[in-house]
Amino acid sequence: MAKTADQYFDDLRETRVWRSIFRSGTGASTLKRALAIQQNVFLHLFSTKVRTRMLSFSATWYLGTLTLGTFFILVATGIPLMLYYHPSVPQAYYDTKDLQFVVSSGLFLRNLHRWSAHAMVFLVFAHMFKVFYRGAYRTPREFNWVIGVILLLITLLLSYTGYLLPWDQLAYWAITVGSNIASAVPLIGNKIHFLLLGGNSVNANALLRFYVLHCMILPLTAIFFVAIHFWRIRKDGGLYAQSSEPAVLRSRPVASEKEAQ
Amino acid sequence: MADTKEFVAVVDSNAKKSPRRIVFITRRTSAQVKTETEDQVQTFPEVLFRAAIAIQVLTIVLVWTSLIFNAPLEGLADPSHTPNPAKAPWYFLGLQEMLHYFPPVVAGVLAPGLVVMALIVIPYFKVNIEAEGFFTKDRERRLRIFYAVAAVLVVFLGTFHVIVAMVPTLIMAGLMLLASQSSAQSPSAFRRYLAAKPLSYWVMTWFLLELMVLTAIGTFFRGPGWSWVLPWKAY
Repeated sequence: MAKTADQYFDDLRETRVWRSIFRSGTGASTLKRALAIQQNVFLHLFSTKVRTRMLSFSATWYLGTLTLGTFFILVATGIPLMLYYHPSVPQAYYDTKDLQFVVSSGLFLRNLHRWSAHAMVFLVFAHMFKVFYRGAYRTPREFNWVIGVILLLITLLLSYTGYLLPWDQLAYWAITVGSNIASAVPLIGNKIHFLLLGGNSVNANALLRFYVLHCMILPLTAIFFVAIHFWRIRKDGGLYAQSSEPAVLRSRPVASEKEAQ
Repeated sequence: MADTKEFVAVVDSNAKKSPRRIVFITRRTSAQVKTETEDQVQTFPEVLFRAAIAIQVLTIVLVWTSLIFNAPLEGLADPSHTPNPAKAPWYFLGLQEMLHYFPPVVAGVLAPGLVVMALIVIPYFKVNIEAEGFFTKDRERRLRIFYAVAAVLVVFLGTFHVIVAMVPTLIMAGLMLLASQSSAQSPSAFRRYLAAKPLSYWVMTWFLLELMVLTAIGTFFRGPGWSWVLPWKAY
């Protein structure tokens, strides 16, 4: 009898090479599945088990997952975009033009990066409001909410710094308007403005600064905080589900499940 | 050869003498006691596969969007030619709309600074932990406070002619008034819903409405010189 694809996959997972890479071993037992999460450097951020009702769409609208999805897309499209881009004036603009008209699929890459960036900003806001309305910031999840606010700010900065990179009129003046707001800070406003732009107006220094922030500093900072954000979900007892909270943590008994949503 | 150790459970505070520990569970650090058990599923594969599907659907939507709509690209940046209007990215247009009414230090620094501070401290204030309807307790006093705050807000917004921000404020004030006249026994489901909402819900919803209205107006209804335009009319 011919082997099925599943059996081939099982055979693969039994090979010495596979076993040397994945520590958890094979098998579909509950233990092995728990180990698949717990023994993996990335997945161990998550709990090995999740409450069944948290899987329903209405519980989270999958907004956190979708935000992570946009981040993946942005990294995957951002890296090839970097290969075609020089952060210098006016070359940055001509590179963007080339992406539009010369580079194979360059237009698609840039479109996907741009629309995913807008989607990420929107999804982060939506995620925040959803978490708020569910009351999921309550003890012991206070600090994870704070990390969420930090991630919101990082997302806005990521999007804002990326906005300048095409170096077209839209980019230049949007960043000019935005950065002028920084000047309004009492006493040190002009210093902050200068630090942000590397000059008194948006210029080649600003482009380089925004490029470094956009491609290096902010993504790494985001990954750092996202890791803590996920890990804290596990440490704080999994995704928030009101009726499963220990009674001692509640400020008062909750009347019904509906109220908690 | 090492001495054979004898393991006898004794109570002794001298750790060097007898390296045995007794766990003291104090009130503050006690393990969380499970009050009820719930159905659970394995993260692998149940949750991870669902997450993967969600991300795939998102990717399909974004890929289609990217195939249909091109990202905007205008002419080369020209510092000597200011477009009219010069707009910030869409998520900052709520702020830019506020800059139209208030001095920069208020709209650009104070307001966003306070919003970020307020967001950070949300979980640390009891008012945001309460899950009871705002008007279910101490109704008369809370109504008086509500009237005072609503009046101050409306006068403040009126003084600066911020009509666009006044509309969501009045809508929320109306809904809160309706909530104050409703209770868990109200015949309409909508009024029971309103009556059950705590103060934190009202504040956040007001903020959400303001954010959406100001951003939408900054994005679609502002033209040259930040004048009022209709989005379907070219300027």
